[in-house]
Amino acid sequence: MSFKSNNKVVQWVEDRLPIISVMHHSIYEYPMPKNLNYLWNFGSLAGFALVTMIVTGIILAMQYTAHVDLAFNSVERIMRDVNNGWLIRYIHMNMASFFFIAVYIHMFRGLYYGSYKAPRELLWQLGVVIFLLMMATAFMGYVLPWGQMSFWGATVITNLFSAIPIVGENIVTWLWGGFSVDNPTLNRFFALHYLLPFIIVAVVMLHLIALHTVSSNNPLGIDMKGPQDSLPMQPYYTIKDLFGVGVFLLAFSVFLFWAPNYMGHPDNYIPANPLSTPAHIVPEWYFLPFYAILRAIPDKLGGVLAMFGAIAVLFILPWLDRSPIRSCKFRPVARIFFWVFLLNGLALGYLGGQPAEGWYVIASRVATAYYFFHFLVMMPVILPMIERPRELPSSIHEAVMKS
Amino acid sequence: MKKILSGFFAVSLGCLSLPVFAAGDAVELPEQEWSFDGVFGTYDKASMQRGYQVYKNVCANCHSMDLVSFRNLVDLGYNEDEIKAFAAEYTVEDGPNDEGEMFERAALPSDRFVAPYPNEKAAAAVNNGKAPPDLSLMAKARVGGPDYIYALLTGYEDAPADVEVGNLTYNKYFPGHLISMSAPLFGDDVEYGDGTEATVEQMATDVSHFLMWAAEPKLEARKQTGVKVMIFLIIFTLIMYAAKRKAFAKVH
Amino acid sequence: MADGATPANSAQGSGETRREFLYLTAGAMTVVGAAGALWPMIDSMNPSADVLALSSTEVDLAPIEEGQSVTITWRGKPVFIRRRTGAEINTAEETPLADLPDPQPDADRVEKPEWLILVGVCTHLGCVPLGQKTGESRGEFGGWFCPCHGSHYDTSGRIRKGPAPKNLEVPPYVFLTDSSIKIG
Repeated sequence: MSFKSNNKVVQWVEDRLPIISVMHHSIYEYPMPKNLNYLWNFGSLAGFALVTMIVTGIILAMQYTAHVDLAFNSVERIMRDVNNGWLIRYIHMNMASFFFIAVYIHMFRGLYYGSYKAPRELLWQLGVVIFLLMMATAFMGYVLPWGQMSFWGATVITNLFSAIPIVGENIVTWLWGGFSVDNPTLNRFFALHYLLPFIIVAVVMLHLIALHTVSSNNPLGIDMKGPQDSLPMQPYYTIKDLFGVGVFLLAFSVFLFWAPNYMGHPDNYIPANPLSTPAHIVPEWYFLPFYAILRAIPDKLGGVLAMFGAIAVLFILPWLDRSPIRSCKFRPVARIFFWVFLLNGLALGYLGGQPAEGWYVIASRVATAYYFFHFLVMMPVILPMIERPRELPSSIHEAVMKS
Repeated sequence: MKKILSGFFAVSLGCLSLPVFAAGDAVELPEQEWSFDGVFGTYDKASMQRGYQVYKNVCANCHSMDLVSFRNLVDLGYNEDEIKAFAAEYTVEDGPNDEGEMFERAALPSDRFVAPYPNEKAAAAVNNGKAPPDLSLMAKARVGGPDYIYALLTGYEDAPADVEVGNLTYNKYFPGHLISMSAPLFGDDVEYGDGTEATVEQMATDVSHFLMWAAEPKLEARKQTGVKVMIFLIIFTLIMYAAKRKAFAKVH
Repeated sequence: MADGATPANSAQGSGETRREFLYLTAGAMTVVGAAGALWPMIDSMNPSADVLALSSTEVDLAPIEEGQSVTITWRGKPVFIRRRTGAEINTAEETPLADLPDPQPDADRVEKPEWLILVGVCTHLGCVPLGQKTGESRGEFGGWFCPCHGSHYDTSGRIRKGPAPKNLEVPPYVFLTDSSIKIG
């Protein structure tokens, strides 16, 4: 990577710290497949959402007070008295949801096009780690306003750990720093909610290093073979990503300015009351599929294991799917079951929002069973038996020229 | 690829429109028309002033409104002197003074609305054991918001024969129908300064309007900022799209 | 960045110019958007509405006797109110301006000679000077003495000795009645 600049200052820095050549390589001339579709925008969109969350979050932290007696009112002070506080807080609230939307689409894109397959296993696993960290961060962030849903969400989710045999109760007491969710809990959640996003940034860096080592997958799922298959990042994908940001922000703004509380819950505008549980406790929408899996199992420990298992299975996905073909474009059967899986996930999300009674329970069990069936049976056992993949094109360039 | 893309988008859009939250057992609320609805919605100052009057004379006898300050009434179209006068009708405890005593003084515009009871226990004690909830965020803390408040205030009716009400009151729109608050409005509970007839419906409309403002005082700024941001974003996105088209035009 | 890696097969003439123009516009829009989004965040750190609402304070002067000082809080800072004695007023008025590091006649520092109202923050490095309570050191000039680095202020709150560069600040105030003022 030899880099020469006419600017003496740039060259001086470069000779001591190769940051400029690394930046130049990775955001300027970095070769990307030339056939990426708009689904490849969601990675940069997730990054954009992460930055937005961190910037607005730091500003909010300057005005927020992490104390059970003051937290609720300090948030309302942000909404009423702090200059543009309502805007910043609503951005933070709604961007959390849009962050998950971007990440979910990013993940399903990876599933459809086989972006988790060799040599991208670690890239995928780092993504799953980011997803886990995001869930932890989002959960703790939702506790901070100290409304009814904050308090009871915190109570229910921390109680999950009591399912662990023998030490469960001790772990929950340790998590709380007391015998119920209270001031020590709020304080540590605030500290961790501030910390975790920076850990996410670190893992995102690793995700990007891994990405730039193995290069981007593409809709055909075949490797780039030379310059005729690729385009430099700048200006092609910078401009395309910016266009994506524009569309993303347009959708976001509709919620931000005209329905800022649509994805929230009215109960969280009632200050936390440890003596009265709201009639329906529902987590934020992005947790609903996992919440449905939790409730589907009629056993406490079993439910918790299933919920964490639903994410753990993503870790071993690269070894469950044994087809050498990456893209579902060339996998006629896998493609059908991808859509079945997606609809099943949406069904889980719907069921997670419904009360755990009647046919909802049965439907949740069926959907949960299918979730695991897809990963543990369909992918490794059934698909290899029944599927005959289509012929792959010889190169990206050739496929693009044909279409 | 077009098919996959549109599939993804259809699914994600459909996902947003799913009724994510359990509807509960509440009766469907009749929807009212509010001036603050819609893309350019704004508050109706006359209605809010009337609503403030209803709040002050009826609601505030039992309900607190801890998050709103007298100075905020400037949003209702009152001037500084009027607000000072409103505040001065109340006394607040201040102190300690140099002798270490707490003392009472007239409220200032910078003070919060004065609560009718010193604390929640006191409020519960004189209200059959159930403290009247704070109204600051009521219009955001209930499903339906201002529609719910209006429906509740006009939803008192005789209980069906098979319902045992006890010391509660029957309300068509309250979840579970049995509410601790007895009907607060009867008609002509206040005399409106602007001559509007103070029917129950009119007062319910006005006080709902006022409570929506109390819960979301920055709504007008939000919608106005939104329009400007949307205009910028549309231009931004179109330019990006044109630039992207231009960049990719020569790619084969 | 807009002049960067354009592909080798670029055409000539107006197409090229238009592309450059679009890239420039796109870059400019991005900068404008980012700045527009950043400004509300920065502005949020300015004093908020509840802080501004407390930015003026009314003080009843009636209980303060001659020679007595009181300290009140205004915008989170101490404000010294001293009802000066005749002797203190005379000393302050008769001090030659040549003796002052920061020359200012006493008449410019008071509305009514009897009432001296000052922001009680040393102009050196922001400590609160002594001299309000009976028994505290009032420094060599009978006014205030800052214990941090030894600045002496006179009975008009003017710097006389020590490292402080300026006189104690007089806050904006008006007499609402003969015996009450509004600071701020």
